Amino acid sequence: MIVQSKPKRNGFFHWTVARRKVLWAYIFLAIPIVFFAYIRIYPAFFAFQMSLYDYNPLAAEQPYVGLENYEDLWKELNKRRSVTKAAFQNTVNYVLLGVPIQLCLALAVALMLNEIRFLSTPYRILFFLPYVTSTIAIAWVFRMLYQPQFGFFNVMLQLLSLPQQPFLNSPQQALPSVLALVVWQGMGFSVIIFLAGLKQIPRTYYEAAEVDGASRWHTFRYITLPLLNPSIVFLLVLQTISFLRMFAPVVAMTVQGQGGPLDATTTVVLRVYREAFQSFNMGYASAMTVVLFVVILIVTIIQLRFTTRSIN
Amino acid sequence: MRKLLAILAVAVIALSLGAVALAQDDVVEIEYWQYNFGARVDAMNMLIEQFHEENPGIRVVHNSDIPYADFRTEIAASAPAGVGPDIVTLYFGWIIAFVDAGYLVPLPEEPFSEAFIRETFSPMVANSKYLGEYWTVPTAVRSLALFWNKDIFAEAGLDPESPPQTLEEFQEIALATTQYGDGGQDVLNVTQQGFSPTMQGQIHHWFRDVLIRQYGGQSYSDDGRTVMYNSEAGCEAFRWVTEFELEHVTGSFDIMDGSTNAFVNGDVALHVDGSFRVGTIRNNNPDLNYGVAELPVGPNGENHTFGSYWTHGLTRRAASDPARMEAAIKFLEFITTPEAGALWVSIVGELPAQLESASDEMLLADPILGPFSAGLEYASATFFVDESAQRQVMLDAYDFVRLGGMDVCDALDEAAALEQELLDDFWAERE
Repeated sequence: MIVQSKPKRNGFFHWTVARRKVLWAYIFLAIPIVFFAYIRIYPAFFAFQMSLYDYNPLAAEQPYVGLENYEDLWKELNKRRSVTKAAFQNTVNYVLLGVPIQLCLALAVALMLNEIRFLSTPYRILFFLPYVTSTIAIAWVFRMLYQPQFGFFNVMLQLLSLPQQPFLNSPQQALPSVLALVVWQGMGFSVIIFLAGLKQIPRTYYEAAEVDGASRWHTFRYITLPLLNPSIVFLLVLQTISFLRMFAPVVAMTVQGQGGPLDATTTVVLRVYREAFQSFNMGYASAMTVVLFVVILIVTIIQLRFTTRSIN
Repeated sequence: MRKLLAILAVAVIALSLGAVALAQDDVVEIEYWQYNFGARVDAMNMLIEQFHEENPGIRVVHNSDIPYADFRTEIAASAPAGVGPDIVTLYFGWIIAFVDAGYLVPLPEEPFSEAFIRETFSPMVANSKYLGEYWTVPTAVRSLALFWNKDIFAEAGLDPESPPQTLEEFQEIALATTQYGDGGQDVLNVTQQGFSPTMQGQIHHWFRDVLIRQYGGQSYSDDGRTVMYNSEAGCEAFRWVTEFELEHVTGSFDIMDGSTNAFVNGDVALHVDGSFRVGTIRNNNPDLNYGVAELPVGPNGENHTFGSYWTHGLTRRAASDPARMEAAIKFLEFITTPEAGALWVSIVGELPAQLESASDEMLLADPILGPFSAGLEYASATFFVDESAQRQVMLDAYDFVRLGGMDVCDALDEAAALEQELLDDFWAERE
């Protein structure tokens, strides 16, 4: 870029226009990067540091305690009953139930939407709408729908002469009830990704399969599913992370945001929030965050390792 | 570029000169925080206005925008940033957490000597004493009393002017006033609740601080370090509470999310609550035909009630600057006078914390506030080491019986074990 005929000189004022342009581009890009680093990345790493301290935001001094917060967490997890233990167990249940159900439903819906031509856009909007609606608003509407006495679901059950159900007020039914909302709300996003994936599959494969006389199931099993693999992996990782981080629907749907009844719906992130901002145990809360971070990291690595494969 | 720099430099100098000029104005600015509760905000605004008139050298900034649920979070966020209140209003159960963190400073001997507080304030204010010092002092205190719906009484053929005097009568009336739909005696079929035992409301206090005593037991040892409610008396009292929903089916939290809203709407006959609910009713359903009475006496014939209060403390931030500290003390003194208490009761419905105005004849004769006022004489409060956690233990115990089908005594044993652990952890760190 540097003009050869002139002697090479250092310093900004002797740079070429092109180089200066690039530099300015970097300077402007640096602003959001610095902002992002300071607002998102630095606090995230600060959590690692906080987890080694008896960190109380109200206090003037934060004593260093080493791994004590982690020891406390380990003790809590090994108790016969503790909120923290329930939070971790519930979070695992949310992931193990939520991710497969959501992906299967989304795939089924996407396959159907991919078939129809008439009114296809309104249908897609219909499935995507919940995803762009406020979670809190939806959660409150569901809370009313689940209401044991006058809620829509129970009125329906009554009309069908079936026994009324406590839903959110029962320790057994509360978690599935919350999960149903999250699955339904998040499904729109998965549907769109699957639809995009389906559009990527060349029609020629299907035509070839048809010529060979393959059944619908075989076409799905040996063409659609393998070629959708990138979409599936992407959604698997993303949805697992989102279920691991579950918070808002639980707060909005349970009494006084406690994750009840009897801790049946509480999650790790809700626990972190309560410990940090209501009991002021930021160190302990940070230790839980770090554990959650490690879990997410490991799960993601495993998923990427075992589900990504090349297709012939 | 140089021109721009020059302009900037001039601007900076001008601004800092302005700041110096303002600082020389001799007005000390202090910040006061409380959570957002309409009537309390109005009352405090009036007090601040009066205070400004008397003390032109002090300006009080009133921050009352934070909702209850976020109040502690916001304080926690403000502290590391070096901002926040000089005077803060906290629930009495939170004092320990704020003292332990070094957030509050002890009240100064002058004017808040121990003798002064003990002699002039309601006895429950003793909960503000911790580690041998007083840390906060309140404008007002509250006690629990019995609310009853006169219209429902009349419909059920009861005398609308005679509330239950004993726990037995309380139970009879709750049964007599409960109404069901066509589907029989089922919780989800209740159309009018006689009594809805809402632990999330004040019922866990009623059980912990009132019923157990009335059944001849006590919730904690005298030094507050040992849980004692898992006793025979505790079991009996707990059974009495849980039976309303499980045996007599007079109401449930599952109906309308608890007793409070349902009572305000006129769908509950009997309700236990604090005087602050008077304002809620006035604002939301002024036509509700209700009365207030002292809580019914127990099997041992004793009167008890639970007392609680929001209370003002001075922060580390105030103490960091002598001028601000002096102003903050003046303000604290001003908002805790009997006069301030009298203004408070008229606006908020909470009772004056100073005995002088709490035992006022007018107040005792008031049909609504009188019973609360009378209760102050025998009110007591639990010394909470972790209010949120201790409350949750009791809520869970109730749910174990209600949803888990656990025996009441077993549920109390479980709760006691958990709460004892909280107390042990707390005291272990302090010895």
